[in-house]
Amino acid sequence: MRGLTIENLSMRFDLPDGGSVQALKDVSLTLQQGELLSVLGPSGCGKTTLLNIVAGFLAPTEGQIVLNGHPVTGPDAERGMVFQQGALFEWMDVRSNVSFGPRMAGKKEAEWAQTVDHLLDVVGLRDFKEKAVYELSGGMQQRVALARCLANDPDVILMDEPLGALDALTREKMQSLVLKLWKETGKTIILITHSVEEALLLGERLLVMAPRPGRIHTEYRLPFADLGVGQDLREVKKHLDFASKREEILSMIWDMEEEIMGRTEEA
Amino acid sequence: MIVFAIYALIFITSFVVVKTLARKAMTDYTALKTVTFGDESAVRPNRIASVISVLTIFLLWGAFTGSKLVPSMLHAPGPFMGDASFNYTAEAEGVAPDDATVTVRVFEVGTDVQPPEIAPGSGWAKNDVDTVGAWRSGLIRVDKNDEYGRDVGHTVTAVNGQPIAPGGEVMTEFGRVGMSPKGTLNFEPAKGWQMEPIWLPPPEAVVARLVEIANEGYRDSTLWEHLGWSLFRVIVGFFFGALVGIPLGYAMGLSDWFRGWFDPIVEFMRPVPPLALIPLVIIWAGIGELGKIILLFLAALWIMAIAARAGVSGVAISKVHAAYSLGASKWQIMRHVIVPNSLPEIFTGARVAMGVCWGTVVAAELVAAEKGAGMMIMVASKFQLTDIVIMGIILIGLIGFGIDILMRLAEKALVPWKGRI
Ligand SMILES: Nc1ncnc2c1ncn2[C@@H]1O[C@H](COP(=O)(O)OP(=O)(O)OP(=O)(O)O)[C@@H](O)[C@H]1O
Ligand SMILES: [Mg+2]
Repeated sequence: MRGLTIENLSMRFDLPDGGSVQALKDVSLTLQQGELLSVLGPSGCGKTTLLNIVAGFLAPTEGQIVLNGHPVTGPDAERGMVFQQGALFEWMDVRSNVSFGPRMAGKKEAEWAQTVDHLLDVVGLRDFKEKAVYELSGGMQQRVALARCLANDPDVILMDEPLGALDALTREKMQSLVLKLWKETGKTIILITHSVEEALLLGERLLVMAPRPGRIHTEYRLPFADLGVGQDLREVKKHLDFASKREEILSMIWDMEEEIMGRTEEA
Repeated sequence: MIVFAIYALIFITSFVVVKTLARKAMTDYTALKTVTFGDESAVRPNRIASVISVLTIFLLWGAFTGSKLVPSMLHAPGPFMGDASFNYTAEAEGVAPDDATVTVRVFEVGTDVQPPEIAPGSGWAKNDVDTVGAWRSGLIRVDKNDEYGRDVGHTVTAVNGQPIAPGGEVMTEFGRVGMSPKGTLNFEPAKGWQMEPIWLPPPEAVVARLVEIANEGYRDSTLWEHLGWSLFRVIVGFFFGALVGIPLGYAMGLSDWFRGWFDPIVEFMRPVPPLALIPLVIIWAGIGELGKIILLFLAALWIMAIAARAGVSGVAISKVHAAYSLGASKWQIMRHVIVPNSLPEIFTGARVAMGVCWGTVVAAELVAAEKGAGMMIMVASKFQLTDIVIMGIILIGLIGFGIDILMRLAEKALVPWKGRI
């Protein structure tokens, strides 16, 4: 079976003072190959923890991840990761960053040159391939990170607030780019974001998580990602449905936040 | 004291003068910043100040050593030289007090000198002559040639008409005349404000020494051999220190066992100044090359180990995670992520280690060596050859500075991303 299954995932962090944090409790989810999932939730609800477990950086205390029929035990090239920022290699130029995966796999330049150069074209960095990454703007750096991930041709792409550090305009362009790449490549994508709009625009499926313990609160299936492919995202946002969904989710998250605040005040 | 006063004066005057003259000249971005006090990045060294600072040091050095490079109108008052004279009044039993003149020829130490010729004069107290070197003092037995000597109670009661007693003194225009407890006069010519060459030789004497030693060598070795040996020791010691220290630091950054095992050793050895190891190294390895290289090895080892360890712990975890999910193996992560990422730290460590090694080698050579910059100045100091000592110190400083500049250039070329992440 092609796809990603998250089975009864629980994660408890034991703290040095003897207490523990239940970061995730009984999270189950199945993603078909090529699905785009966006994850929303108040701060501290376990989004990063979930992603780290799927990426294989953390072993869950209970449950397991199954990708294409085999369980996940550690990081692997089949699951690529795009971080918020600072994960590029400053000692390599743009092209070496993008070709890192294929090079580590022992491929010769002839084998990867075409893909890498094509990806640099797609993300609009053709003229910057010889540049050092610290000479690029934040948005350009995220495009390099995206291209680097794609050059490795993973089955699943995991993104933890990949656009969080960008300004609104650049962010919108990058959102279109993500949609375009998603449709063109047919990758399974999990994208964590703090922006409800972004989650609505990019999420074919949208997961709202609740904190303490971190769990799935509500799941949506949305039409906007498909609408947004090849279209101006501002048009999508004008959709009546879009506005009402946004209000619904916003108030949901607000309620959770208030509940947290109330609970801490009692404590 | 007077030197510091002059120094402060030059500092303030040049500040005022340069600031008023150069105010309008600057128009670049930093010059347009209105908040400079407290904005460290807006404080760039004022190059004019640097130049004046260096010139001032040489000027003061020259002025207070009577250097020929400094116009003589700027010289601090020198020591008195030439013929000094003063009167004394002597008494003896059974005769009236009598006066006589003492003429002292003050000469530059190291030159030949003849006592001045003088008529004996009238009365029973006769005129005296003597010679005293500049900056020195001399006892003058004025009673020796007088007709009534100490056997009949010859005592000096006044100098230049001012009464004097044993332990007392009289200041004359040529210097101080003192009287010993036994009643003998002691003449100390005026010293002026200049330094005596054996304390501080003028710059040209140091340069002359440099030329001489560069041509003829010192203690059976050329100058280049002395400096070369010091440098050689530093480079070999540092090389081995880095060769062992960097892998050790990596191991400590990557393995809990290595970290636990070596942490106590490294943390203990780090605060021990390498100089404190000299005696032990001498006992174990002798004073030869091996001992020195071991010492420098130890000096560099801990610094490099700590730098490499810091370099590994400084890797952003997201970089390592990214590399893993791009399919890199442990070894590839080491080679392509951890090592390059730690280079800035390692370079910082290397600069520190080189500085410490250079200081340590000089100190070790002061203790014992047959060749080397430190040995050169140590031996010279035993013979009061201050010019060689100063020359050596200047060369040591220049080489240390040169090493640091080279390291910085290498750093710029090899880790251009440093500080830009
Ligand atoms: N290494 C850890 N040790 C202990 N507790 C941890 C650790 N990592 C995460 N946690 C806890 O697990 C919970 C979930 O953290 P996580 O980082 O997954 O939240 P998040 O949803 O990504 O938050 P944000 O939106 O702020 O990034 C938090 O309460 C956090 O304190
Ligand atoms: Mg997070």
